[in-house]
Amino acid sequence: MFNWLSQIFAVIQFSMRSLPQRKGSSLAALVGIAGVVAVMVGVLSIAQGVLKTMESSSSDDNAIVLRSGAETEMMSGLMGDDTRIIAEAPGIARDENGVLASPELFVIINLPMRSTGTDANVPLRGVRAPAMVVRDRFRMVEGRMFEWGLNEAVVGVGARGQFAGLEIGSKIEVGQENWPVVGVFEADGGLSESEIWVDAAVLQSAYRRGNSYQAVYVKLDSRDAFDEFKDALTSDPRLNVKPMLESEYYASQSTTIYNMITGLGTLIAIIMGLGAVFGALNTMYTAVSARTREIATLRALGFSSGPVVISVVSESLLLAVAGGLLGAGLAWLAFDGFQAATLSWSSFSAITFSFDVNAKLLAQGIFFALVIGLVGGLFPAIRAARQPIAQALREL
Amino acid sequence: MKYFYLIFSSLKRKKIRTGLTILSIMVAFVLFGYLTAIRQAFDAGVEVAGADRLIVRHKVSIIQLLPQSYEAKIERIEGVDNAAHQTWFGGIYQEPKNFFAQIPMEPEELFDMFPEYVISDEHKAAWLETRSGVVVGRGLVERFGWKLGDRIPVNATIWGKKDGGRSWEFDLVGIYEGAEKGTDTSQFFFRYDFFDETRANGTGLVGWYTVRVTNPDKAAEVAAAIDAEFANSSKETKSEPEGAFIQGFVNQMGNIGFIIMSIMTAVFFTILLVAGNTMAYTVRERTNELAVLKAIGFTDRGVLALVLGESLALTFVGGVIGLGLAWLLVSMGDPTNGSFPVFYIPNRDIVLGLGLIVTMAFVAGILPALQAQKLQIADALRR
Repeated sequence: MFNWLSQIFAVIQFSMRSLPQRKGSSLAALVGIAGVVAVMVGVLSIAQGVLKTMESSSSDDNAIVLRSGAETEMMSGLMGDDTRIIAEAPGIARDENGVLASPELFVIINLPMRSTGTDANVPLRGVRAPAMVVRDRFRMVEGRMFEWGLNEAVVGVGARGQFAGLEIGSKIEVGQENWPVVGVFEADGGLSESEIWVDAAVLQSAYRRGNSYQAVYVKLDSRDAFDEFKDALTSDPRLNVKPMLESEYYASQSTTIYNMITGLGTLIAIIMGLGAVFGALNTMYTAVSARTREIATLRALGFSSGPVVISVVSESLLLAVAGGLLGAGLAWLAFDGFQAATLSWSSFSAITFSFDVNAKLLAQGIFFALVIGLVGGLFPAIRAARQPIAQALREL
Repeated sequence: MKYFYLIFSSLKRKKIRTGLTILSIMVAFVLFGYLTAIRQAFDAGVEVAGADRLIVRHKVSIIQLLPQSYEAKIERIEGVDNAAHQTWFGGIYQEPKNFFAQIPMEPEELFDMFPEYVISDEHKAAWLETRSGVVVGRGLVERFGWKLGDRIPVNATIWGKKDGGRSWEFDLVGIYEGAEKGTDTSQFFFRYDFFDETRANGTGLVGWYTVRVTNPDKAAEVAAAIDAEFANSSKETKSEPEGAFIQGFVNQMGNIGFIIMSIMTAVFFTILLVAGNTMAYTVRERTNELAVLKAIGFTDRGVLALVLGESLALTFVGGVIGLGLAWLLVSMGDPTNGSFPVFYIPNRDIVLGLGLIVTMAFVAGILPALQAQKLQIADALRR
């Protein structure tokens, strides 16, 4: 056994030492694998970014109430009376100012995108005082909060980054009026950061919405209180509403786009991965054929074929790991935190998010590289080990 | 002829290497074809947009509605040939992932405004007779396997019915085809009069207008005149060419073109390395033989051509098979299961692909070829 291990060690050492002689083709394989991993991690980080935005939008003990039949806030509609009945339901948390239920209005306005100058549908949300408590991640980072009852707005950091005309002091056109932007807020990367917030009451009058809203966000006593809350609302004959946990709501909003990007990204990665396997096979076949006589000599000296196979495969794996690390590193440097915006078809409005290259993706990328390396090394290795010694020694 | 034979036999001597190189080049071109089809799915709308058409929407945002009465006012403006309104219905067929656009329109206006939607006279007549009738594009019909006479239930998310219900039922009476390859055949048009009478609220309000101008060169002036007409009213408008309107939507989804370009660059760079490396190897291995060829009278330039020819043969076989496979893949349907309005490889990208094949062959082969050209017979034979 020890003999066998020392054989492996000797042969691996041997092939590593001769690596510099084959730098051209080895480097080509390495860069090829790096390219595949970088593209795969890059594309999938878009989907991860959208997912992360959706996940950090929801709190476990928050729920949202829409009109039944509505899939999004945009399509929903609730009368002022409905929102009062909803706020009286059991299970909602309270603080010193009262019930933590926030009836909200959701519309979109057109603002030019910084990147292209063309219009984007930017979400504009009218909120009531409890909104900032219900969304416990909300905090002002610049300027001040708008004054209740005044035509003022605060904007999310994501919206300010992606759309023009949202700096503090600039004015946005809402209905027929111009409202100044007085502050900027953050929400831990959540969806609200794509939005502009104003007082719901002034927005209602600017949009001639009377006393109507689109959704009610509530903070529950706990996650377990949801069933009671839901039953109370759905069994109330005065209401026709659909309560959902925030986490469910945001998950349903992001499934389509997440599946689409992940599906496409995986498809591209698989096709590219095939290309890289061919490249790696080529490199290793070339390496093996350049060393035909060397390998045959080793075997004539009494080395068994196992160590030969292992040495070829480990050379290929080494190249693959190096390529995988390089590619994953490049993707991380280039894409992690990259700010972008896209259009959510379900709410017809912009969402801003940042690409997310996380540990899981990096591990996936390196694992993929290893698979490429293994497949690319195995066949040439077997071929090297099978060659009849006498014939191989005579070659070249 | 002798060159062909020589190229062929040198490719044959290391079959595995030739095969693998061809396969990796093939993979690059499969991706190229597939990705151009994806880009086309996003860009097609802009390309086929009518140069003589404007979109007029509410100035604040497209979700704000405009009065139907604007139609007559727009049509009175000089330079306007016709105006037709559309509205976003936003219903759900069975489940949310079956997304497609449903639009109520006036039947006479639809085919007048959009001549790229081609429909037979019978289907058109049937639609005019059936109030709950719907005309659907060929692509959408195939996506859900519908046939004429089907009753299609759509759940309204925005527009409730007067009777309090939310399920709208439509009768499939007509199917339209696209006049061009890039025409969107994923739309679902139903009658505005049926829509307006059945909806619980918003009567008399529509989503946006498509306006055809008599002279496309004056489109910008007409757009300005339309916006001026409604300036200072409670519902101001924003008019822009149809192409710009669609481009605006595409831009909002993200910089698709840039992402695809980046992927393609990475792919081609990688494959170029692989192919270039193979060519370098073949030349290095055959130094001796090339010298013999020169010794028996092949010119320097002849040897250069030989190596380049080999490179071209490799990339050409791989590239053409790759483009062919991409075409097959694309014609099998789009990866989002029908959400793309169109999905095909445009002709100009096939031409571009062929150009790339030649470029890649040249770039991968030129260094080894120059090396071969410069070989000194005496030196090389001694090696």
